[in-house]
Amino acid sequence: MAKQTLTEKEGKKLMNEQSPMNPSFVQKRKLVHLIKDNIIALLLVVLVLFVGFTQKNFFSFANLINTVSNVTPRFIIALGVSGALIIRGTDLSAGRAVGLAGVLSCTLLQRNDYADKFFGADFTAPETWWYVLGIALFVVFISMCFGLADGLIIANLKVPPFLATLGMQTVIYGIARVYSNAKPIGGLRSDYTSIATAPIFQIGTFNFKWLFLFALIGGIVFWFLYNMTRYGKYMYAIGGNENAAEVSGVNVKKSIIKIYALAGVMYGLAGFILAAKSGGASVNLGQGYELEAIAACTIGGVSTGGGVGKVSGILLGVLVFELLKTSMQYLGINSDWQQIVQGVVIIVAVAFDVRKYLKRS
Amino acid sequence: MSEYLLQMKDIYKSFNHIYVLKGVSLNIRPGTVHALMGENGAGKSTLMKCLFGIYKRDSGEVIYNDEHVDIKNAKDALQKGIAMVHQELQPIPERDIAENIFCGRYPLKQVGPIKVIDHKKMHEEADKFLKEVGLNCSSTTKLGELSVSQMQSVEIAKAVSADAKLIILDEPTSSLTENEVELLFNIINKLRKKGVAFIYISHKMEEILKISDEVTIMRDGTYVGTWKASELTTDLIIKHMVGRELTNRFPKRENKPGEVVFKVEHYTSPNKKSFQDVSFELRRGEILGIGGLVGAQRTELMEGIFGIRDKIDGTMSFKGAELVVKRPRDAIVKGLALLTEDRRATGIFGVLSVSDNVGIASLDKYLDYGIVLNHKKLKLVVDENIKKMNIKTPNNDTPIQYLSGGNQQKVIIGRWLANAPDVLILDEPTRGIDVGAKYEIYCIIADLAKQGKSIIMISSEMPELLGMSDRVMVMCEGRLTGILDGKEATQEKVLELATKFM
Repeated sequence: MAKQTLTEKEGKKLMNEQSPMNPSFVQKRKLVHLIKDNIIALLLVVLVLFVGFTQKNFFSFANLINTVSNVTPRFIIALGVSGALIIRGTDLSAGRAVGLAGVLSCTLLQRNDYADKFFGADFTAPETWWYVLGIALFVVFISMCFGLADGLIIANLKVPPFLATLGMQTVIYGIARVYSNAKPIGGLRSDYTSIATAPIFQIGTFNFKWLFLFALIGGIVFWFLYNMTRYGKYMYAIGGNENAAEVSGVNVKKSIIKIYALAGVMYGLAGFILAAKSGGASVNLGQGYELEAIAACTIGGVSTGGGVGKVSGILLGVLVFELLKTSMQYLGINSDWQQIVQGVVIIVAVAFDVRKYLKRS
Repeated sequence: MSEYLLQMKDIYKSFNHIYVLKGVSLNIRPGTVHALMGENGAGKSTLMKCLFGIYKRDSGEVIYNDEHVDIKNAKDALQKGIAMVHQELQPIPERDIAENIFCGRYPLKQVGPIKVIDHKKMHEEADKFLKEVGLNCSSTTKLGELSVSQMQSVEIAKAVSADAKLIILDEPTSSLTENEVELLFNIINKLRKKGVAFIYISHKMEEILKISDEVTIMRDGTYVGTWKASELTTDLIIKHMVGRELTNRFPKRENKPGEVVFKVEHYTSPNKKSFQDVSFELRRGEILGIGGLVGAQRTELMEGIFGIRDKIDGTMSFKGAELVVKRPRDAIVKGLALLTEDRRATGIFGVLSVSDNVGIASLDKYLDYGIVLNHKKLKLVVDENIKKMNIKTPNNDTPIQYLSGGNQQKVIIGRWLANAPDVLILDEPTRGIDVGAKYEIYCIIADLAKQGKSIIMISSEMPELLGMSDRVMVMCEGRLTGILDGKEATQEKVLELATKFM
């Protein structure tokens, strides 16, 4: 009754043509996947080239520096949010935390001769670089405390991250308003604002600003954390399967708390430099940045399913967003339409991204 | 009218241009039980998914009721009279039985201008079908209150209610007790007499030989053959499945149990229905089997020991010192390891690489300067494990979700071995794993015991329990009912202890 219907020859022929052993076939397949997986980045390159060759001054050092300056704080915020996203959480408090950090920094770093000082005319601060550094650390510390609180609430009280950080967002905004009386703060010291404007070195018209150093160091530190430490491995494990992580000896609670606290550090840092870059801050500084950062991360391949995400991808995501905005400005698209396009890009990017992790069939 | 109800002819299917089905055929006669067998990865599930339109076949034809058909999805299949009862049931636990049966095709009645669900008719119908499959429950019972076997009966009732001519049972007995298996077989026999055909997918030889009329065997995506069940024996089936003769189902054990290394005393869960006052000892180089029926709280006890579940009373000692475990990490650093029962829920990190899956529990060992991970050291451990355990994977960076169940299991065993534990707790180590890989895992277990590791093995498969254990500890309803010497333990003795309080 047994019969062998396997068509050995047919099967073999098919296998040989389309097998992983056949190098030319594999290369073709790899290329297709490479294009599919990076479709957003490719479209962006096309857009940039198009705008660059049709619009004057798009390919210029001035524009490049401007773009990188804008990318820096956003990249730092996105790095902060990325940890929460990788463990399948989220952080909606990012934007407001940036705002509070900015307001705090500005109130403490006004010029001594400024007329409308926040702490009154009698308040004089030492005019040394270590005072600025001290304030930076202080602001970052305060911001970390809020992140820590987020982490504690999520890990211990099991409040879903979406709601925990939504609550924290409102709390932080309220604190910023109470603290600053909702007044914009200006008149910043030049040694503070110079961190965003002054160059480290200059080649022709190209200014390598201090600002960029923050992005560079942030990127390197996060790459190191994500790839070379237990912190990173545990983070990916929790995102991949929280229960399995606990069984494998990962202290899941502790990891979650650390991740949100570190996110707080990044928001503090971003707020500090963003205020310096803007030359002042109001309570609305950073409003909505959390959504932009989450979108950028997702565009950059931080999977909504958890456990996946690379620093290079996050940088790419932020770049996509910023270059898209700049390109549209150069093309003279009105800002309302820009909003619509940005929204569509987010949705399309995530739809493509989700496909990447579906089993290909 | 042909003699077959369903014919699948020469089915080919590829993923990423790698063929997983290479000319498979399956012919089902009405009113028969047709077993579909093969190791994990042989392509059984893929074939069924092609039938149900979940995957699109590359070539080949499907003839059902003398018609060429292309089934689009499960609903389409059900309308044609083909139903599938999945290995992992997908019920809606918060809704009642009737709603689960009629979900998606509720009986309607006209009320004025609109059609509404006819609850009365739905419950009447549901009760009728429940009776047909011999389930003594009201259709108003919430599904979540049923046992796994009862839920399965509901699934079958659902198939019957749709007037199914062909029902596919995927590993239907994997979480049933022996009595429940009998009940299931009664239902199958009853329906078979009425002309319903079954495709029965299972790894359990004894069951297959008992219930099926015909057996089709697949291997590596190819069709090996179809036989009458009466012509087959367990050995023959295994031979066809693995393509070679398996002389021994269990490896020879050369371990010599030594002194007591691990002691559990009066372990008690805060949950009254869970483990109560359990005490036992484990020796160096010993394999301690734990038997019992589903619900005996064996898994819960082990999770309690490992710090996943709470306990209100009890102590442990390990190598003479008291062992306090508040969370898994405490147990791991002291040299315990737990291979959990549900690989997908608490074992694998699906999206992460094989390498990350192996390394996660032992990262402390690969550090430079106490903080920087040394990927070279990690790679050495991973490569060693892949080689030692014969793990089949394209490379270290492949996400573990693309590996077969047996290989995933070996990866997780590798994860624990990387920590060089002294006590390994293995909870159903061979569940859902094919014969070949099972044997390999038995060999690993035997080898570990020989090296002096102590092993606790929970198993619901009697031959495995009796064939591998130095001693067999039996639990019933959360309590320890007896510990048998491996040589004296028999199926009857174990069952007697396993049902002591029932």
